[in-house]
Amino acid sequence: MTLIDLANPTRFLSLTAKILPWLAAATALLLAIGLYQSAMAPDDYQQGATVKIMFIHVPNAWLSMFVWGVMSLSALGTLVWRHPLADVSAKAAAPIGAAFTFLALVTGSLWGRPMWGTYWEWDARLTSVLILFLMYLGLIALWRAVEDPSRAARAAAVLTLVGAINIPIIKFSVDWWNTLHQPASVLRMGGSTLDKAFLIPLLVMAVAFSLLFITLHLAAMRNEILRRRVRALQMQQASQPRA
Amino acid sequence: MSALTALLRRDIQVALRIGGGALIGVLFFLIVVVLMPFAVGPDLALLKKLGPAILWLGALLASLLTLDRLFAADHDDGSLDLLTMSRTPLELVCLTKAVAHWLVAGLPLIVATPILGLLLNLDGNATLAVALTLLAGTPALTFTGMIGAALAVALRRGGLLLAVLVLPLSIPVLIFGVAASNAAVLEPAGFGAPLSILCALSLAGLVIGPLAAAASLRHGLD
Amino acid sequence: MSLGPYASFIVSSYLLVALVVLILIGWIALDYRQQRARLRELEASGVTRRSGRGAADLS
Repeated sequence: MTLIDLANPTRFLSLTAKILPWLAAATALLLAIGLYQSAMAPDDYQQGATVKIMFIHVPNAWLSMFVWGVMSLSALGTLVWRHPLADVSAKAAAPIGAAFTFLALVTGSLWGRPMWGTYWEWDARLTSVLILFLMYLGLIALWRAVEDPSRAARAAAVLTLVGAINIPIIKFSVDWWNTLHQPASVLRMGGSTLDKAFLIPLLVMAVAFSLLFITLHLAAMRNEILRRRVRALQMQQASQPRA
Repeated sequence: MSALTALLRRDIQVALRIGGGALIGVLFFLIVVVLMPFAVGPDLALLKKLGPAILWLGALLASLLTLDRLFAADHDDGSLDLLTMSRTPLELVCLTKAVAHWLVAGLPLIVATPILGLLLNLDGNATLAVALTLLAGTPALTFTGMIGAALAVALRRGGLLLAVLVLPLSIPVLIFGVAASNAAVLEPAGFGAPLSILCALSLAGLVIGPLAAAASLRHGLD
Repeated sequence: MSLGPYASFIVSSYLLVALVVLILIGWIALDYRQQRARLRELEASGVTRRSGRGAADLS
């Protein structure tokens, strides 16, 4: 099954109808396993039980960036390869990515309160993710601003790619800004080497959330294809003379 | 009465649709507030002091941005001419449009304030105070802004002119809004006076705004 | 399972994630149903697609 085959929306729809139930079941299963493992995980020596927030915070943070990557690939598909389903993929992914970014911010904030004593800190990592969230919202606003989906697609594709290039730049400059004005208290997050007892639940949750994204993305793509079909038929209906 | 209700519902529905730009004001508000720490520095204590001011400035600029939608779309498709010529008094039409605009553009700003207060390290008291003053003051911003929007309606690319016209009129609202918010934190006894003046400004705007806007529309569209 | 002194933070994080995920699923499912209903309406009113297939067909 090559990408060319998937270029046909109808074939895509029938394929999606077949695999969605399996994807949903796999997602649910992995989420259940991951949640169980998170619950059973030991307490961290420094953070106590609040380390459990990591198991839902980190996958959301990873996904927030991964989804922008998926949208960037879709954007290339629209602009360079003119793949028919590329802009459907991009439009469907944006709200889901925004939701994951929002969850990353909020779970991070709730994790930060016990760890740092404040719900928000203008440090490099949090600020970069906040800017990423704003960029998601801006992208969604752009999709909604133009009525014709295919025209909106070109504009959104350009913005997505500009954003993809900009994200490393933003990260770098925010890092630099943050080291210029050292905040009063800077606490470093736990070391990068995670104990297996934490690493395994984290990885399971990461895979589970990725599957969740793929399931939601395919379902949303299906909705978008149907929505365009409705639009085309409505325009046809409007141009037909009525008895 | 039902004509005005229909107008209200239509304006709200149009604003919520694609291209209507209902929630883009909130997004702009969010961005402006996020921009401030980059300029001012991430020191949380300083942000806490400046918090009410930053929120008020952001809300002012955000409500300003969406003002040109008040009459521009209707002017473009001709419905503004119809509204001017209808039996319903133009003043009441303007009032209804302003109410619809405030519901769709002003109210979301107030709802977004607690979240932004968190980013600026404001405590619950301060955030509540800012939200309350915004509730009292944003109608004033909408009504005075409507005057500028009516003046600029016939001009293409009138966006910045609109801002230049409206901002001086909005300064009293800004002053009392920030004063009330700061008073709520520093000396709660002094909260009542600026808040009352804010309400008075909104009520005055309620009367003057539609009158002036209707007059501008009549003269501008001739 | 004792969640320590910050239990409310842990629980609210998990609940919030569950809520947002459920909202996402619900919105996508509702949207699907809405589009299918519209397609069925259009088919009932006699509009045809270029390929001649039924408007509400998913294949």
